[in-house]
Amino acid sequence: MMTKPASAKVNLLWLQSGGCGGCSQSLLCAEAPDLIMALETAGIHLLWHPSLSETSGADFRGLLGQIKVGNIRLDILCLEGSVIRGPDGSGRFHMMAGSDRSMMAWIEDLARQARYTVAVGSCAAYGGITAAGSNPSDAIGLQFQGDRPGGLLGAGFKGEGGLPVINIAGCPTHPGWVTETLMQITAGEMNGGGVDHLGRPRSYANHLVHHGCPRNEYYEYKASAEKPSDLGCLMENLGCLGTQAHGDCNTRLWNGEGSCLRGGYACINCTAPGFEEPGHPFQETPKIAGIPIGLPVDMPKAWFVALASLSKAATPRRLKENAVSDHLQRMPDEEGERP
Amino acid sequence: MSRRIVGPFNRVEGDVEVQLDIVDGMVHEAWVVSLLYRGFEQILQGKPPQDALVYTPRICGICSVSQSVAAAAALADCQGVRMPPNGELATSLILANENVADHLTHFYLFFMPDFACETYATDSWYLPIAERFRALTGSAIQQVLPARAQFMHLMGLLAGKWPHSLALQPGGTTRSVEMQERLRIACTLYSFRQFLESTLFGDRLENIVVLDSLTALQAWADRHPWQHSDFRRFLHVADALKLDELGRGSDIFMSNGAYGIDGRPLFARGLWREGEPAVLDPGTIREDLSHSRMARGPEALHPYEGVTRPDADAPAGYSWGKAPRLDGLVVEVGALARQVVAGHPLALDLVRHSGGNVRNRVIGRLLEIARVVMAMESWANGLQAGEPYCHSAEMPDEASGCGLVEAARGSLGHWLRIEKGRIRNYQIIAPTTWNFSPRDAQGVPGALEQALVGAPVRAGEKDPVAVQHIVRSFDPCMVCTVH
Repeated sequence: MMTKPASAKVNLLWLQSGGCGGCSQSLLCAEAPDLIMALETAGIHLLWHPSLSETSGADFRGLLGQIKVGNIRLDILCLEGSVIRGPDGSGRFHMMAGSDRSMMAWIEDLARQARYTVAVGSCAAYGGITAAGSNPSDAIGLQFQGDRPGGLLGAGFKGEGGLPVINIAGCPTHPGWVTETLMQITAGEMNGGGVDHLGRPRSYANHLVHHGCPRNEYYEYKASAEKPSDLGCLMENLGCLGTQAHGDCNTRLWNGEGSCLRGGYACINCTAPGFEEPGHPFQETPKIAGIPIGLPVDMPKAWFVALASLSKAATPRRLKENAVSDHLQRMPDEEGERP
Repeated sequence: MSRRIVGPFNRVEGDVEVQLDIVDGMVHEAWVVSLLYRGFEQILQGKPPQDALVYTPRICGICSVSQSVAAAAALADCQGVRMPPNGELATSLILANENVADHLTHFYLFFMPDFACETYATDSWYLPIAERFRALTGSAIQQVLPARAQFMHLMGLLAGKWPHSLALQPGGTTRSVEMQERLRIACTLYSFRQFLESTLFGDRLENIVVLDSLTALQAWADRHPWQHSDFRRFLHVADALKLDELGRGSDIFMSNGAYGIDGRPLFARGLWREGEPAVLDPGTIREDLSHSRMARGPEALHPYEGVTRPDADAPAGYSWGKAPRLDGLVVEVGALARQVVAGHPLALDLVRHSGGNVRNRVIGRLLEIARVVMAMESWANGLQAGEPYCHSAEMPDEASGCGLVEAARGSLGHWLRIEKGRIRNYQIIAPTTWNFSPRDAQGVPGALEQALVGAPVRAGEKDPVAVQHIVRSFDPCMVCTVH
């Protein structure tokens, strides 16, 4: 990691639109390095961030104007939240304060000036939660609408840095996904191969949430939880998509020691486009003839079913009982744990 | 008279614009404009009821847990399920973790940096205050971010992650705590207490929560030089700038009550009106749409019957926010309101002297940090080994229920109707929906609109700093406001 001299600082502008601000809040939880240190290490000069900067109002609008006409160099534009097109394509569901322009128009202008454009969170990347249901605000992502390329900027868009929009998908994003992607960019180590087919940084998208899941032993033996707070595997009954979801949540960990699975609830695949509309209740696994529909991504179905029934027959009593309890009932050193 | 448009306001959650009529260097009238509409109440229509636990926290990244707790409470009301004691304790710990972290974020990241602005460059206190609280580069943020992040390890342990956890369920929480983990929680709390006592207060929490009057607070502050702690720094600046005379609201305070354990809330539910406690009847809440950008019927409706149909061209509409009224009244919500309704003597004395204002709102928040962290220590201590954390219950096909909770910035309510196993209607009134509401059919301005009247505008100021203080003193959350 190169430390940039002060003169070569990288200018970063962070905007929010149709989202909840949760990716910024998550980012403030960054540790080792914390956010301030990460920005400093990466040589990033924060032109403006809605939660962090002093500048408000007219001075901020002045700053945007200067960037738009090219007087201030914009190296990285981060957008948090989806692009709001409604009502009727006018963008009036989100106007820039103190101006008569929609945020949609501003975002497009600024993205055309930026060397790199980064979508922070699944909303900015694909539309996300804001696009759920009837999508009342007509929300889309910067370069995707759900899993369809296009979005606000169009499928062919590339920044001056030669890359399409980098989609740090997640709801919210892990602080490390954001700081590391920014450091990769400023180090000149982010290239076309650094992202997957959905634009997600491979640094975390090359992993599955299943990797490092502490419930793995229950998974292996198909010892399944039946209700919230049970210790067993959440895949068979409670909607967990960890075997399909791209993310390093169970190896990187959140807020010191957490993850969805460690917190006792299902992974809802929040790094994927369309996660907001699973087509079934989030916390229930859809099944056909008792077999979960969504099986691990790259495993032959028949093989999985055979393996599952085999391992179910061999489940130790310890796992069977612990799986449906919210405290350990049987310990590994107890006798009589064989089936 | 000149009309001034102020915004965007950063260091608030989400986007807000304020329009001001200025006469003789003072705000004569104000209009508060909520700028972003996403439509969660529309998104939730027709969804399976329990999916509200996924959607509603994502209304807001800073009040995420509060939204979860309100949704879980509304669903629990539909199901008739009660949490086991461990579930109540864990829920309170998780909610308190968010609320206290939010108070800290507000004070250090959102509110105090305004005193580092150039307007104050010639004031006697300016240099040390600017050095301490300047946005991004002040000395405080270097200490606060690590302390906050470490405090939020409680989320990692109890809720998996923050924001947007699914650990908060109608019948309790999904993460049981082993006994040695309880010790880890105690250690995290102790470490955070150390930060508060050394940096924010410069005193034991026990000595803060017993302050029972303005006189006692002043005597406490005078015991050390004003740069002894950040609370004293604030009190010094508040005194110099007379922040107790800035931003007076409606002085009717409301609280849904917070942190219920075994049927008893730590902070009581109620209303404070004309200097007296009163009963809060949520049945008298109506949402007035007369100045909202919403299609509207002839009457303001209770949230069980509420309708959300955005209309950018609605006559007289100037905000995507609705105007909630309690029995026709404009109320103020937040930490100060919560402490007043809970009957804390310091909060009561502050309000008796000068009502709701910029200084008192901030003191209310800091007082609450001390009170809540002490409560968290006892809740952690109360977690019982081997006892359940979550009860389960069937979701009825037909039901209605509400969840009334307190987010950091005030009263949050969810009202839900289930028909044929699906969400028929879901209405949300968030704290800033109350505080930053537009005018109602009688033309009565909302709480912030009232609080801004009389704010001084200095010559040449484009974004008047007094207006900035008043707006931020409410710790607004705009993404919650409209949702």
